[in-house]
Amino acid sequence: MIQHIRENRRLQGLLLIFPAMFVMVMLLVIPLTLTVITSFGQRDADGNVIYTFTLENYWRLLGFTEQGWDDLYLRILLRSLWLAVQTTVIVILMAYPLAYFIARSPEKRRNFLLFLVLVPLWTNFVIRIYAWVMILRSQGVLNSTLAATADLLNVPFQPLDLYPSQTAVLIGMVYEFLPFMILPIYTSLEKIEPSLYEAAADLYANAFRTFWRVTVPLSMPGIVAGTILTFIPVIGTFVVSDILGGRQVILVGNLVQRQFLDARNPPFGAAASIILLVMTLVLTLYYTRRFGLGEEIAAG
Amino acid sequence: MSAKKQSPWLTLVSILVYFFLYAPIIVLIVFSFNASRTNVVFEGVVNQGPCGPFYWYCELFRNRSVMDATRNTLIIAFTSTIVSTIIGTMAALALQRYDFFGKKVSETALYFPIVTPEIVMGIGILVFFSAVFGWINTALALAPSQRLTMGLGTVIVSHIAFSIPFVTLVVRARLHGFDDRLEEAAMDLGANEFTTFRKVTLPLIAPGVLAGAMLAFTLSLDDFIITFFTTGPGATTLPIYVYGLLRRIVTPELNALSTIWVLVVLIVVAISQWFQRRE
Repeated sequence: MIQHIRENRRLQGLLLIFPAMFVMVMLLVIPLTLTVITSFGQRDADGNVIYTFTLENYWRLLGFTEQGWDDLYLRILLRSLWLAVQTTVIVILMAYPLAYFIARSPEKRRNFLLFLVLVPLWTNFVIRIYAWVMILRSQGVLNSTLAATADLLNVPFQPLDLYPSQTAVLIGMVYEFLPFMILPIYTSLEKIEPSLYEAAADLYANAFRTFWRVTVPLSMPGIVAGTILTFIPVIGTFVVSDILGGRQVILVGNLVQRQFLDARNPPFGAAASIILLVMTLVLTLYYTRRFGLGEEIAAG
Repeated sequence: MSAKKQSPWLTLVSILVYFFLYAPIIVLIVFSFNASRTNVVFEGVVNQGPCGPFYWYCELFRNRSVMDATRNTLIIAFTSTIVSTIIGTMAALALQRYDFFGKKVSETALYFPIVTPEIVMGIGILVFFSAVFGWINTALALAPSQRLTMGLGTVIVSHIAFSIPFVTLVVRARLHGFDDRLEEAAMDLGANEFTTFRKVTLPLIAPGVLAGAMLAFTLSLDDFIITFFTTGPGATTLPIYVYGLLRRIVTPELNALSTIWVLVVLIVVAISQWFQRRE
C-alpha cells in the first residue's frame, strides 16, 4: 500500500488536495446549495422554513409583489451597487498619487512608507469604524476643530450634520479599503522599467503624455487587483452601513442580516444573498475579462 | 521605477492621504486618556485611582468580558491558523506540482471564496449548521443541555474554511520558481521522501508558508462578518464584543483596548521583521 502511494504521483496529488476539498465541499458547496434551496422556500407563522418551490422571494426582490409594483428592494440593490462604485473610484483617485509617490521615493525609504500604509489596518475593523463615529458625530472631533477654526477666524459656523448619513458610510468604506488599493498599484508601478520613461522622453513625449500612455497602462494590473479587493467586500458589507449610517442607510448586506436575525424570514434573506452573489460574480467576471485578470492579487 | 525629484503637489497630496489614514488612529489613542466617561468630547486627561492617566487601561484589565473575548479571539486565531496553514500548503503543493483527476475543479473551488462576498459565505454556513444541528438534536432526542449549538467550534471551522484559499494563494506564489531538480538531487543522494521534504522542500517554501500563516492569522483576528453569523453563547470575540458595545454607551475603555491592540501588533511585526533580517 505504502509502496503504491510512493510510486503514484496522481494518487499523491489527490491525497494532498483532499483535506482542502473536503473543507470546501462541507463549508462552501453544501452551504451554498442549502442557501439556494432555502431561497425557493417559504416561512410559516413561527419563522420556520417550509421547503417548497416558489420564485416568490425573487419576484419580491425585483419589485413584483402580490400588492403590485414596489421597488423598495430593487432600490436597496442599486444603492449598494452605486455605493460600491463610488467607493472604488474615490479609493483609486486617492491611492494612485500615494502609490506613485512611494514608487518614486528613494529605494531605502520605500519599505518604511509602505509600512506606514499598513499600520492602520492592524487596528480592528470594527474599531476603525468607531473612530469615524468619534470624528464625524455632531459634537465630534471634526466639528469641534472646525468650530475652533471658525472662532479664530471670526466667521460664522454651522456644525456639519454628517453622522449618521450615507456620506459617513462612504467615508468609512473609503477608509477601510484605501490600503488594499495602494499596495497592488504600488507593486505594479514599482515593476516599470525606468528606461521606458527615458524612451518616452527621447520620443518627445511630455510628462503628461508619458503618464497617460506609459505609466497608467502599465499599472492597470494593480488597479484591477485593487478594484476586486475593494468592490467585493464593499458591495456585501453591513457593518459600516450599520454603524455609520444608523437606520438610514440600508444596503443588501443589512437586508440579508435582518431577514435572518430580526425579521426571521430566512427564505427571503437567502434569495437576497443569492442575488448578491450572482451580481458580484457576473461583475467580477466581466471586469476581469475586460481589463485582464488581476494576477497581482497573489502578489498583493 | 527610479527615484527622482518629486513634484511638490504630489508630496502635498501624499501627506494629505497619510493624514487621512492616521487621523482616526490618533483620535483613538488620544481619547483613551479622556476624563469624560461618555467619551463624546475630550474633557482633559483622566487622573483617577492608582493608575492616574492610565485609568481606562486598568479598568480594561478588570473587565471580565473583555478578557474572555480576548481569550476566545486568540484561541480561534491560533487554532484556525495552524489547521488552515497545513491544509492550504498541502493544496498548494498538489496544485503546483502534481497532476490529478479534478485539478481544474479544485482550482476553481479554491478561488471561489476569494470572490464571494463574506456575508454570502457567512449565512450559508449559518443555514448549514442550523440544519445539521437541528437534525442531529431531533434525531438523538437530546436534552436541552446536551444540544449542539453554535459556538467556538463552529467559528473555528468557518475561519479555517475562509483562510485556506488565501494560504494556498500565497504558498503557490512562492512555489512558482521552485526547482524540482533540488528534490531529485536529494533523492539521488539516498534521502527518502520524508527526509527530502524536511531537509529540502520545507526550508525552501518556509517563507511562503510563514507569510500564508501570518495572513491567515490576521484575517482571523480581524474577521467580523463570518464570526457574526457562526458564533454562539460563550464564543464572543473582540470584534463582536466591540460591535455590541457600539449599540450602548462606549467608554474610553474601548480606546484603551484599541491602543493596546495597535501596540501589540507593532511589536509582533517588529519581531518578525527582525527574524527575517537575521535570515
